[in-house]
Amino acid sequence: MDIPEHLKYSKEHEWVLVEGKTVTIGITDFAQDELGDIVYVELPEVGEKVVKDDPFGAVESVKAVSDVYAPVSGTVLEVNDVLPDTPETINDDPYGDGWMIRVEISDEEELRDLMSHEEYAEYVEQQKEDDDEEDDDEEDEEEE
Amino acid sequence: MKKTPLYGAHRRAGAKMVEFAGWEMPVQYRGVIDEHLAVRTRAGLFDVSHMGEIEIRGPGALELCQTLSANDVSRMKLQQAQYNLFINDKGGIIDDVIFYRIAPTAFLICVNASNSEKDFAWIQKQASGEVELENASSRYAQLALQGPLAEKILQPLTALPLAELKSFYFDWADVSSIRCLVARTGYTGEEGFELYCNSADAESLWKALLEAGCPVGLEPAGLGARDTLRLEKAYPLYGHELDDTTTPLEAGLEWVTKLAKGPFIGRETLLKQKAEGIQRKLVGLELLEPGIARSDYHLFKDGKSIGRVTSGTKSPTLGKAIAIAYVIIEEAAVGNTVEVEIRGRRVRAKIVSLPFYRR
Repeated sequence: MDIPEHLKYSKEHEWVLVEGKTVTIGITDFAQDELGDIVYVELPEVGEKVVKDDPFGAVESVKAVSDVYAPVSGTVLEVNDVLPDTPETINDDPYGDGWMIRVEISDEEELRDLMSHEEYAEYVEQQKEDDDEEDDDEEDEEEE
Repeated sequence: MKKTPLYGAHRRAGAKMVEFAGWEMPVQYRGVIDEHLAVRTRAGLFDVSHMGEIEIRGPGALELCQTLSANDVSRMKLQQAQYNLFINDKGGIIDDVIFYRIAPTAFLICVNASNSEKDFAWIQKQASGEVELENASSRYAQLALQGPLAEKILQPLTALPLAELKSFYFDWADVSSIRCLVARTGYTGEEGFELYCNSADAESLWKALLEAGCPVGLEPAGLGARDTLRLEKAYPLYGHELDDTTTPLEAGLEWVTKLAKGPFIGRETLLKQKAEGIQRKLVGLELLEPGIARSDYHLFKDGKSIGRVTSGTKSPTLGKAIAIAYVIIEEAAVGNTVEVEIRGRRVRAKIVSLPFYRR
């Protein structure tokens, strides 16, 4: 599981690269792995406003569609034009060529709510453990 | 959640597990698209042990089967398989199933996992006369070996001459010394086999098949690929295209429904519906603009609601977004252009003939 140190992370498994008042947003390696083969990406238009914790787009695997939530509020400056034709770029390079949007943030305070890479690594581990515990519980039940 | 005898093998193989019909099942191993294309070009191995198996035996078995189901069971030869439907008295589909004539007066019925208890209860209710019923689901495991190389992979493991086994026929044979019912059936639109064995033998059989197929590119395949494969072929999936309120005439399953065979449950309603004409029909859709139509998305024509999608995906073989939908009969003609509402956006789609994929 790749979790670069220089990025910030949301609980919805988006990553945020902060460069002054501009942020770049994508989904994490964990998220792309959970989704599987991504075959369609829905992105906002340049100039649209995005609101923290509201969906700004969607990624679709062959199996299902998942919303992508804005980790911060702001105005869309740029969208990744390669994604409509090659959505699998998100699977191949989630932190690089698979970036989704660039946003000018409206409230820098919101960045404080994001996690560091250590916190996110812990958060992901916790989620995996929760899954495993569910499995263990079931096995116990079966033995009874 | 229930687990198949191969649960441990799936976890060790790194499968992603999901809940399906109360079972914890592998949705994918390496990836849905890879597994899908493996089945289309080489072969894939599926654990479908969640499927239910019901046995009906005894002198009254044939008569009961005829009453219970829409297809003509009397036409089945020994060791023949038949796609069939259980219909309720309103003409709705209780389940879509495969019958196997395992003896002149005995049938094995493979039913959907989600319906096995409902089916069994319903069969018990209808049963009279000299029949024995068994819900044998936990006794059987089922593996599906599917793809153009399936026969080449399976043949070295068994003395059964597979080339002589016709489509929708089966035989009993040892496969890698494991007693199996080997049927030339499947749910992928490719050549292939479904193998029923004792649950206790499932893991040995799984390993033997994977080992035999590995050199020619056999891959374990999950429910994700099973779904995209069946969808390209427009095979219905219970709970999506079929349910207790959809009739076989609406679902394009008139070919399974032998109204002339004599009485069966639901026949009167279906005869009436056939005489009056159906109001809606299952159709294929190809999207003309970017987007993917999903189950329960609504369809429109000139602003008017005309139906809903039952299944949709981006077809890995064809590289385009495809869907199956119920549409009112007036708008169901092939070539008609309609709109799908995808997350608040109207996207153009064309009605096309089914299946989407032909071998």
